[in-house]
Parts: sequence; C-alpha cells; structure tokens
Amino acid sequence: MTQTRSQHTPVSEIRVRTYNKREAIAGYLFISPWIIGFLVFTAGAMGYSLAISMSDYNLATGEIAPTGFDNYAGLFEDPKVALSLGNTLFYAILAVPFEIAFALLLAFVLNRVGRGAGFFRTVFYLPRMTPTVATAAMFLLLLNGNTGAINQFLRIFGIEGPQWLIDPDWVKPSIVLMTLWGVAGTMVIFLAALKNVPVELYEVSALDGAGPVRQFFSITVPMISGAIFFNVIVLTIAALQVFDQAYLLFWRDQTNASPESSLFYGVYLFQQAFRQFNFGFAAAMAWLLFVIILLITLVQVKVSNRFVYYEGDNR
Amino acid sequence: MSASTGTTTGRGPGEIDGARPDGGGVSLDSGPLATLPPEFDAELSERQAGPASAERRFAGDRRYRTRRRVLKGVLWVLLAGFSALFLYPFVWLVSASLKPRGEVFDNRLIPNTILPGNYAEVWNQLPLFSWIFNSLVIALLAAAFVAISSSLVAFGFAYFRFPGRGLLFGLVLATMMLPGAVTMVPQYLIWKNLGLLGTSLPLFAANLFGSAFYIFLQRQFFLGLPKELFEAARLDGASYFGLFRRIALPLSIPSFVIIFLFEFQASWNNLQGALIYLNAGSVEGFTVPLGISYAMTTFSPTNGGHGDYQYVMVASVIVTIPMLILFAFGQRYFIEGVATQARKG
Repeated sequence: MTQTRSQHTPVSEIRVRTYNKREAIAGYLFISPWIIGFLVFTAGAMGYSLAISMSDYNLATGEIAPTGFDNYAGLFEDPKVALSLGNTLFYAILAVPFEIAFALLLAFVLNRVGRGAGFFRTVFYLPRMTPTVATAAMFLLLLNGNTGAINQFLRIFGIEGPQWLIDPDWVKPSIVLMTLWGVAGTMVIFLAALKNVPVELYEVSALDGAGPVRQFFSITVPMISGAIFFNVIVLTIAALQVFDQAYLLFWRDQTNASPESSLFYGVYLFQQAFRQFNFGFAAAMAWLLFVIILLITLVQVKVSNRFVYYEGDNR
Repeated sequence: MSASTGTTTGRGPGEIDGARPDGGGVSLDSGPLATLPPEFDAELSERQAGPASAERRFAGDRRYRTRRRVLKGVLWVLLAGFSALFLYPFVWLVSASLKPRGEVFDNRLIPNTILPGNYAEVWNQLPLFSWIFNSLVIALLAAAFVAISSSLVAFGFAYFRFPGRGLLFGLVLATMMLPGAVTMVPQYLIWKNLGLLGTSLPLFAANLFGSAFYIFLQRQFFLGLPKELFEAARLDGASYFGLFRRIALPLSIPSFVIIFLFEFQASWNNLQGALIYLNAGSVEGFTVPLGISYAMTTFSPTNGGHGDYQYVMVASVIVTIPMLILFAFGQRYFIEGVATQARKG
C-alpha cells in the first residue's frame, strides 16, 4: 500500500523528499548493470586512459613508466597530428553542409509527394542499410578516375572528372559522395520534423501571398530548426571521428602509399595505437580530440540558442 | 501484440514522473531525441492532417492549379532522379558480381558474359561462410544483450524513486558525448589484462551493461505507459521484477525491437572493433566487415592482389542481403505499431 502511494506523490508534496527504502534499493538494483559498466568501461577506462596518456606503455611487459606531459607535448611536435587534424576539420566543414542540404532536400520532396512517399522513403533508405564495407568496395570502383562509372557519367556532358582517389584535392569530396549516398538517416529525422509543422501556417501565409520559396525560408526552416540543429551537431561529431570510409578506401592496404590528404585524425590515432602500439601517444591524441569535439559542440550550442525555435518555448 | 501496443505512445516524457521536479530532472523533451522514433510521428501525422488539405482549399484558383501541376512535375522528376541515384550502385553491384574477371571494371549494367557461377565459387575463394557465421553470432548476442540490459536500466530510471536518480541519469546522457576514441585504448588494455584478447568477447560483452542512447530511448517509452497498469499489478502482489517482466517489457516490444535492430546493424558494420580485436587472429575468425576489407586487399588488381575483384562484389551482395531482410522486417514492424497507435489516437 505504502509503495503504491509513494509512486505517485502529488506534485504539491514533493518538497519533502522521502524515499521508500525498498523502492530505492530495487531502483539501484535495476540500474546496477549500467553502474558497473560505467565504473569499468567508462569512468575506469577514462582514468586508465588519462594515466596511459601520461606515461610510456610497454606492450610486451605491460609496464607503465610515467612521463608526465611528454605525450601531449609530442602531439605538437608530430606534424602528422596537425596534418590529420586539419584534414579532419576540412572534411567536417565540407561534409556537414552538403549532408544537411541534401537530406533536407530529400525530406522536403518526400514530404510533398503524398501517395508513394513510403515507397520512395524505402528506396532512399536502402543505402543506409548497406554495410559500410560493401559501400566502400563499390565506391572504390565507381570513383575510379579512368574506368569508374561516376567519371563515365560526367563524360556524357563532356566533363573530364577528377582522379577521385588519387588526386589529393579530391580525396575528401570522394568520401563526402560516399557519405551522401547513405544520408537517409538524417533525412528521416528531417521528414519527421517536417510532418510536425502545422499546416495552418502554410495556409495563412499562402493567403498573404507567400510563394513556396518564401514559405520554405520563413516557415519551414524556422519550424524545423531544432532538427537542423540536432543533425548539425550529430553529423559534425561523426565527421570528426570519421574512420571506416577513410580506412577502407585509403589505409586498408599497408603496402600502398595513399595521399597525405586522406590521413584523418581517427585513422592516424588508430595507426598510432594498433599499428605502432604507441598507446600513450594515442591516448593523448584521443583526449585532444575529446576537447576539440567538446569545444566545437559548445560553440554550436551557443550559436544555436539564438536561432533554434523549440515548441512551447516562450523566451 | 498489436492490441497491447495500442495503449502506448512512443513519446511523452513527462507522463509518469517527468512532471515531478525531484529527479526525472533532465528534460530533453524538445530537440534531438524527441524525434527519435521518427516513423511513429511521421506516419501518425500523415494520417491526421493530410498534407494536401491546404492546397485543396485553394483548388478553385486556376493559376494556383497550374502552378501546382508544374510543382508536382518537378517533384516527380526529382524523385525519379534521386531514386536512380540511390538505386544505380545496387544494380551496378549485382551486375559486377556476375561478371568474369576481365569485365568487372566495365560499367555495363547488363554484363557481356553472365557468370552466375561466381556465387558458387566465392565460397571456395573466401571463408565467407565462417565470416557470416561469426558476424551473425556476435550481432545476435550484442543486440540481445544491449536490448535487455538497457531495458532493465531504463525501467530503473523510469519507475523507481531513489536518491541521486537525476544525477545518475544525467551521467548516462553525458556518456553519449564521449568519443569512442577516448575509451578505445584503455578498453583494449582491459580486455588484454583479462586475458581475453584472442576472443570475440570484446565485441559484444560490454553490451551487457546497457548503452546510454538505448537507455534513454527505452526510458521515454516506459514513461509513456499508463501508471494504472503498474498500480493494479502491485495490488495483485506483483514483485518489482514482475512489473518489469510482465508489464513493462511486453508493452515496450516496439522500442525493444528498434534497439535490437539498431544494434544488430551497428554490430554487423563494426569494422574498427574487429580490426582491433580480431585482425591478429586467423582469417576464418574474421567478421564480415574485416573479412571483406581483407578481400578488397587480396583481390585488388593493383599492389600484388589476385585481381579477382568479382568475388569482392559477390561477397558484398551476399552480406548486404541480411540487412535488407532486416529492413523489410523492421519497416513492416514500425508501420504496424504506428497503425495501431493511430487507430487509438
């Protein structure tokens, strides 16, 4: 009896915090898997990582020799850290706007179709279901500068396409293309947001003589700004950690020399950790990445506070 | 199943106790995550407010009608173009997988020589069967573990009141911000210290402890369940675990399935984990992503590979098929769940 009552304390009584002991214990028991996992694989691992980043880890003996901030100082001495960081930031700046724009366009079109939208949504979503390795195996040939289908298609219009996978300047656009093919996840989020825009807004603005373009920028974009913001943040974080595509297209074959412009931060970190076994250096790299992601996200949140409209927000 | 899901809604963060300021505290009801099961919202509002209702009202206006027709035309052209863009690589892939060695690199959609035998030969060329088997076992375990553990934890956060609940749940959400790279090295060393490096255990065992995003998702779902159900069961003498096992879990099957499918796909795609934990072992012990990555190098026409790239194409088709089956299954499931919701609302 007492338990049931405590479940549903009226809001007015909440000031007094009383916890039912049995209920509290049961609650802790239910969340105990997460607590254990957090202590070992998150908090524990973070502490471990911090310790490793300030030491020289010998893989063979398992010995850890403290070295202070040497690894962090090393980040600034190794030109490849700056190079890979620059590549990664450049890629993010290139990829995210394209992904947002393309996903938004797809969602907008799907939202307007009415009948048949389900079918096309399925079609657009299929690439998202394709395993990344399979996508990479395909795009390795599709992007081939001489025989690839993409350049062959461009030749129809008399355009001689670039050497996508060889020319250092076209490495990042190659990966962007691959990413755009699987952009449907972002699209689905936009689609859901578009469905929530009240139809009346369009009706009223149409009476006021607003055309589709005007409606798009004055109604649609502000109304889905929350979804745009969410996607920008998620895609930026993903872009800063890009690994699979870069590894599969450029760094899979260790005997093969790939253009330096394809060395992304995630790839270099992986090489340092699991090819060179410089665990200390790799851990320091990881912490630098964490700080950078945190800073970028913080800036994005600050900026978005001015522009994002949330339903029920009366500030 | 459909009858029971009818009583639930995928969202509604504040329904059982989000309204109480004591701890549910971290409110994220706007913005990112509210959009999460997008299928729910999308289908629902499509039914409630047909998108065309605005246009219909103005249908009398002739100029409006022509403009609408032009717009529709542009729309369908775009749709056709995009569909071609998204489908072309699939058609190209299937076609390349049927070509003999010398023709893989031509871009004909209908091969000059069709070799269905590639699909028989690939099993001799690559240990594809054992890759698929390994990936399947790992993905099933990873998905089942994370779905069950995340549900348990989510129920703890959704139903019970205990000191520090708000803080701990904030911590759950905070871990989503942590890039995988930070814990990649130490986790490797943890598994090394446990003496489990040669095994595939590291690829799924950590899933026994729940995953932040799924915990969040499942908690939202639980919060939307009508509290009377739990009250009644308590009066009937159900234990706390009974509430979870007999009420919360069966009712949350839609979101449980979402978690399962998401994680299955993530595991099926997990290249980096396999590179870290399995690359040193035998080729037979590889998973699908690691195996195909290996095959891409072995059969690469440059750099000393055999150049039989058609087998990479065949393998790519074969490992994509399970995902497409999953999608067919998953999509139907989503729509079914949404349909029962819509009927109720």
